[in-house]
Amino acid sequence: MPESPFVSPYIPNTDDDRASMLATIGVGSVEELFDDIPAEHRHPHLDIPAPRSEMDLRRELEALAERNFHAGAHPSFLGAGVYHHYCPAVVSPLVTRGEFLTSYTPYQPEVSQGTLQGTYEFQTLTAQLFGMEVSNAGMYDGASSLAEAALMACRITGRAKVAVVDTVNPHYAEVVRAYTGPQQIEVYAIAPDATELEPETACVLSQYPNFFGYVEDVAARSELAHRAGALHCVSCDPMAMAMFRAPGECGVDIATGEGQALGVPPSFGGPYVGIFTCRQEYLRQLPGRLVGRTVDTEGRTGYVLTLQPREQHIRREHATSNICTSTALIGLWAAAYTALMGKHGLPHVAGLCYQKAHYAAGRIAELPGYRLPIEGTFFQEFVVSCPKPAEEVSITLEEAGIIGGLDVSDRFENGMLLCVTEVNTKDEIDGLLNVLAGIK
Amino acid sequence: MAARNATLTAEAHDRRRLLMERSRPGRTGASLPASDVPEQPLPDASLLRDGLELPEVTEGEVVRYFTHLSQLNFSVDTHFYPLGSCTMKYNPRFNEAMAAVPGFASAHPAQPERQVQGAIEVMYRLQEYLREITGMAAASLAPLAGAQGELAGVLTIRAALDERGEGRRRKMLIPDTAHGTNPASAAMAGFYVVSIPSNAEGNIDLDALRKEADGELAGIMLTQPSTLGLFDRNAIEMCRIVHEAGGFVYGDGANMNALLGRVKLGHLGFDVVHLNLHKTFSTPHGGGGPGAGPICTNETLSPFLPGPVAIRRTLRGAQGEREAPMYGLELPPKSIGRIGGSAGNFGVLLRAFTYISLLGGQGMLDISGNAVLNANYLLVMLRELYDLPFDRRVMHEVVFSAKKRPGANALNVSKRLLDHGFHAPTMYFPLVVAEALMIEPTETESKETLDAFIEALTDIDAEAARDETFLANAPFDTPVSRLDETAAARHPQLRWRREG
Amino acid sequence: MAIPDDRRYSKEHEWALVEESGTVLIGISEFAQAELGDVVYVELPKVGTQVTQGGPIGEIESVKAVSDLFSPVSGEIVEVNEGVKANPELVNESPYENGWLVRIKPDDPAQLDTLLDATQYGALTA
Repeated sequence: MPESPFVSPYIPNTDDDRASMLATIGVGSVEELFDDIPAEHRHPHLDIPAPRSEMDLRRELEALAERNFHAGAHPSFLGAGVYHHYCPAVVSPLVTRGEFLTSYTPYQPEVSQGTLQGTYEFQTLTAQLFGMEVSNAGMYDGASSLAEAALMACRITGRAKVAVVDTVNPHYAEVVRAYTGPQQIEVYAIAPDATELEPETACVLSQYPNFFGYVEDVAARSELAHRAGALHCVSCDPMAMAMFRAPGECGVDIATGEGQALGVPPSFGGPYVGIFTCRQEYLRQLPGRLVGRTVDTEGRTGYVLTLQPREQHIRREHATSNICTSTALIGLWAAAYTALMGKHGLPHVAGLCYQKAHYAAGRIAELPGYRLPIEGTFFQEFVVSCPKPAEEVSITLEEAGIIGGLDVSDRFENGMLLCVTEVNTKDEIDGLLNVLAGIK
Repeated sequence: MAARNATLTAEAHDRRRLLMERSRPGRTGASLPASDVPEQPLPDASLLRDGLELPEVTEGEVVRYFTHLSQLNFSVDTHFYPLGSCTMKYNPRFNEAMAAVPGFASAHPAQPERQVQGAIEVMYRLQEYLREITGMAAASLAPLAGAQGELAGVLTIRAALDERGEGRRRKMLIPDTAHGTNPASAAMAGFYVVSIPSNAEGNIDLDALRKEADGELAGIMLTQPSTLGLFDRNAIEMCRIVHEAGGFVYGDGANMNALLGRVKLGHLGFDVVHLNLHKTFSTPHGGGGPGAGPICTNETLSPFLPGPVAIRRTLRGAQGEREAPMYGLELPPKSIGRIGGSAGNFGVLLRAFTYISLLGGQGMLDISGNAVLNANYLLVMLRELYDLPFDRRVMHEVVFSAKKRPGANALNVSKRLLDHGFHAPTMYFPLVVAEALMIEPTETESKETLDAFIEALTDIDAEAARDETFLANAPFDTPVSRLDETAAARHPQLRWRREG
Repeated sequence: MAIPDDRRYSKEHEWALVEESGTVLIGISEFAQAELGDVVYVELPKVGTQVTQGGPIGEIESVKAVSDLFSPVSGEIVEVNEGVKANPELVNESPYENGWLVRIKPDDPAQLDTLLDATQYGALTA
């Protein structure tokens, strides 16, 4: 059988079409269209392999996927900012409908009401979940949201110092440094029990619950910040907010969060959506997109992108941020998940996480050689000091078919940060306890 | 007739009621298990939430509501979407299927390297693809969007300058045709911005550039091809001037769809380039994200890349010790650091990897060839209808100026196109073209579609010729008519609130 | 359009009106409001702020543009128009009256002589 030449399944022009269009344009070949490129650099050798069939490529990619030791096939007790929550089957087919999936930023509101209203729902649900007055349309992720909150606090206060509580996710703290450093903003660390800030501090950055899973006194920290004329910016786990006091009730000025916890798959790091909420009075300093409600020429309700002069396409180098995206699709995913769970379902899920995590923690603390080094109230994560280095514990768990927690031995002796959510059954937890009991 | 319309309007309103307006106590959309562990004591009530206002709706209601909302959208799946500079090409569903494979979708970013070799290998191989396509030394997939890629890219320039002890260099040149993100990204990176004009051919004005090429120059950010859809023929000379003055050249790769396999920006002298995977490499735009904006750098800037980046180890630990896994994630030696919580938008990266792998090297050439062919076809077919500010061959898109026909300005033409079942082009951008209509057909549209689009524009022009005022109220057949953006901005309503 | 001749104008389209008490009322011209289009937001300085002639004193936003406001005289801000902050449409509807922006206690009233009179401003915007 002769080998057939490659024809892209995504390109409709035929050889005849191309010939007729080239004739209309008045050139002899497609290559000629590239004559503006200097000849010595035109059509370089391109070392990309030959085309593949979908069937063939699927086989390879599925094999690669199976080389991951993943939570689809194994119990996982890993969190550290990204959480396995069960997402109802209905969410994916609904949110990935082509009309949502393959549209652009809603610059033409007359033909983008679906995306716009979906984003308005996201703004409503996140603001209510966080008990805050205003939410934007979404950011890249939780880490960059917190960094943008720090920049916003510096703009509002006219100050250039940021205090980061040392129980904030260390990756988040690194992102804050990468964002603030170029603007000559000084970042310094404080302990959770700090009672004073350096002069000229623009904001305090906290995490709620903190990186190690524990609930700090958010209201007291807001007071500390406000006494010093600073703002309090808090990165919150939206799932925990279905159980614990909302940041809006704790004097928080800017509350951000990682929207991934609202039913979004971990996907090895993204795409997620950053939640960004604040007090109404700071509206003009918000980064990112905002959708507002209005009416059309016939008085019908509709939605538009609004307060755009804050943004890069109008204010250019004076914009509040360079961000363009609102990660709308993941925002829609989070909104659909939150709506389905609803007023009673979301607290129920949060309650399951709490119950199971506390069951696991209580039983682990009873095992010889194990202890919980942190006192206080935690949500679904907690640190365990193990009888052996956390890395060894992780390998032993893996050999038993279990994904262990994060190694935090830099902060706690043989420390492992374990996470238990509603997806972990009692059998899985007991399996974990069995393996841990065998490590001495 | 009036009564019937009123009924329809009421029904349409009903279908768009917000979730909180649909909420009824006692309904739920969740099927959740009971706890299977012994009951644990709750923390002190003072820590707990008192009251949570969220909707109470059934799964069926949510499906009907969101499905209806989706039907109010134009999208690539439903309509030709020639939005200039956005590369609204077809988004293959195979990419979606691969991103949903459990071994990828369930992989956790904090797992140890040895547990996620498949995922890191995908990232490593994608880096290799992008390096090859741009002709660069190294790549980082960390940037979560094009604008974040710009920020990261200019931060590598800043870091390299600082290391040389040239912290005084803080001037970033940006052509007047640039996307707003360029100056905004430069400002976030602590640079001050100086605008550089374009010359009569639409290339960067080299005389203006030379005047700014001094001891304060940090670099220049150039989009190639430019937002005018033109290959900037001064790019090589521009790179030479900037390099001689001690600066770096940033390449905005937003328009890379035109250049795939045709030229490598690294060969022209660019030092760092970002790519928009959601444009060139077919990952869906999702109504405004998620995207991914990897950056590629030359040898000089590679040590500063944001991370972590994927590496392949050739030496894997001494005999007898546990071998290090073949693929790893590491921060480059002098990295500008982390810019997101993880190593990148893996799901988006995987889609782009799938796309490049399926189409192969030949497919890359087919993309740029057909994208540029389609744009030049539109140029020739529409040049009688509109002014062409730069009369020369274009790359992936063509920018017209709609000022010939009274009543048919860029806004009115755009709005009327919606009635014809076509999404509008990008309008009023770039800023240097009055009444700009920026049309990007992409390679995934057929000649028949382009011909229908041309016919629609011709019809619209005839409508304006018959009645100068006719287009001012368009669109007429969309779910809503023109919206009051002034009212929205003067008195912002940004979320649902309980009335009273 | 009529240009009131009771006040002075800057080339940046602000007007300055000397009041009986010696304070100076500042606003933008009819020409400026028409160029801007529907004003949706006005950002004004705090009372007590010292401003200099030609220096920035705020911003005016329309739906898709933003313009800087410059002070036509040096002095101290003694009052800002809370009315336009709440109802920015006043700037469009009544630029010379209810849409005034700030009241300044001038350092040197003679500075007003450096501004354009109505005839000169009319020529500038013709």
